Amino acid sequence: MSREAYITGVGQSEVGVRLPRHPLLLTVDAAREAIAEAGLTFDQIDGVFSFPGKVSGYLAFSPVGTDDVIEALGIRSKWQMGGMEQPAQLSAIGMAAWAVKQGICRHVLCFRTVYEAGGMADPAQYMPARSDTVSGASQWTSPFWATSAACWTAQYAARHVHKYGMTREQLGQIAINGSKNAMLNPRARAITKEELTLDKYMSARMISTPLCLYDCDRFSDASTVVIVSAGDALDEVTCEPIRIAAMSGSVDRYSWDQVEWPAAYDAGRDLWAHTDYTVDDVDTAQFYDGFAFLPITWLEGLGFCEKGEGGRFIEGGTRIARDGELPLNTAGGQLGAGRLHGFGFAHEAVTQLRGNAGERQIPGSPKVAVATSGGGPLAAALLLARD
Amino acid sequence: MKPKRPRPKLDQENMAFWTGGAEGRLNIVHCGDCGQYTHPPRVLCRHCQSENIAPKAAPGTGVIDTFTINYQPWAKDLEVPYVIARVALDGIPGVYLTTNIVNCAVEDVAFGDRVRVLFEEQDGIHYPLFERVA
Repeated sequence: MSREAYITGVGQSEVGVRLPRHPLLLTVDAAREAIAEAGLTFDQIDGVFSFPGKVSGYLAFSPVGTDDVIEALGIRSKWQMGGMEQPAQLSAIGMAAWAVKQGICRHVLCFRTVYEAGGMADPAQYMPARSDTVSGASQWTSPFWATSAACWTAQYAARHVHKYGMTREQLGQIAINGSKNAMLNPRARAITKEELTLDKYMSARMISTPLCLYDCDRFSDASTVVIVSAGDALDEVTCEPIRIAAMSGSVDRYSWDQVEWPAAYDAGRDLWAHTDYTVDDVDTAQFYDGFAFLPITWLEGLGFCEKGEGGRFIEGGTRIARDGELPLNTAGGQLGAGRLHGFGFAHEAVTQLRGNAGERQIPGSPKVAVATSGGGPLAAALLLARD
Repeated sequence: MKPKRPRPKLDQENMAFWTGGAEGRLNIVHCGDCGQYTHPPRVLCRHCQSENIAPKAAPGTGVIDTFTINYQPWAKDLEVPYVIARVALDGIPGVYLTTNIVNCAVEDVAFGDRVRVLFEEQDGIHYPLFERVA
């Protein structure tokens, strides 16, 4: 029995802002596309995994759970899992990989559906009930109007500015690069309508220094599906399988202000402990960019550059462009293509490795990609390889 | 009108922290066995798992470890800009507080600034804010 796990299909719904289509139907759209790409049918799926599962108190954030998908698609599931208490978004795919490696499942449907734009148009149905109190981790930030993860991420980013001399011109390359790539991504039309220039970036309004408006991703409505298959089930698929060559995760403490460094540094280092590949083998990087500073932490954490050098690494943007030495966020990332919440990075990594990225396809027949997710105290990474 | 600060839901673990300001105390959970501090507060020491713990008043001074100037009004009528800082507390290694730096212009705040606590009371909660020490 093969102890390998492969991604055999990826799919994505329309990506929009305030889409009228019900989020369960968006999920079905993405699932159909992924299944078709793999050459499978729904009756061959025997597991359903997601992050974070259905969040009933905040359906805009996560409107669809594994139970909904099992029911709607008539899946006979042997194992399912959905929950927030995982290293980060892509760890759902990591869990699916374990399930197929253990022989529990043969083909697992992994998904992440978001309805954060549409949900705001229908707050009674999709938004959290108003509460007079805060509890849990947010009680240590919200009372000081550090309300958003933008504020928490800004604290780390500001330290990079102070300690390592990162400039706004450098940081801006993440959003600028994302917008350039998004212009070539048909599914990003609703999110990016024109290329972002450095001038426009520099004059944008501040959210939380040094993060400006363009450093923050935008709520969107979409679903992304990734099919994970067992190595000994590959004769059932018709597509080119992409091997999950390594994965890693890290949560030191679930706190944005008590940890010295974001978890990307630990998860980045650990990824290489599980593979013979090295950082030099990576042909494209798909790094979580809910905020523009987060890819910097992955560049440094995975060892593409030294800690503190991330700003200089991306300076000018040529190195991370599609024809550069490390093409980054080639579908636009979340800054350019919408807040797909982590799964978009796995989707794009597979799409590039298969040469299916159309106008935005990177040159050189890429073989190895890294996809990451998380921020602050959460991190999960996948190393994907086309054998 | 300024919006009210979000109110922490009081429980057994956090009560001493959020109400200690009534007596001018910045309470941090301290372990009677290993001598280390646990924050956020817990019913045990996170270093040695001892249950012999109690809130202890911190000196109330510290250093700005990092900070951001926030311009986005996250609530209706919230006045911006304001400073959100991570303060490293004197005498309490490894513990940081997210807080606001008040009583100065936002552009006067710098990394490494010495700060001291002051409490802002609202409906029985004593929010530990910090101001720069001249």
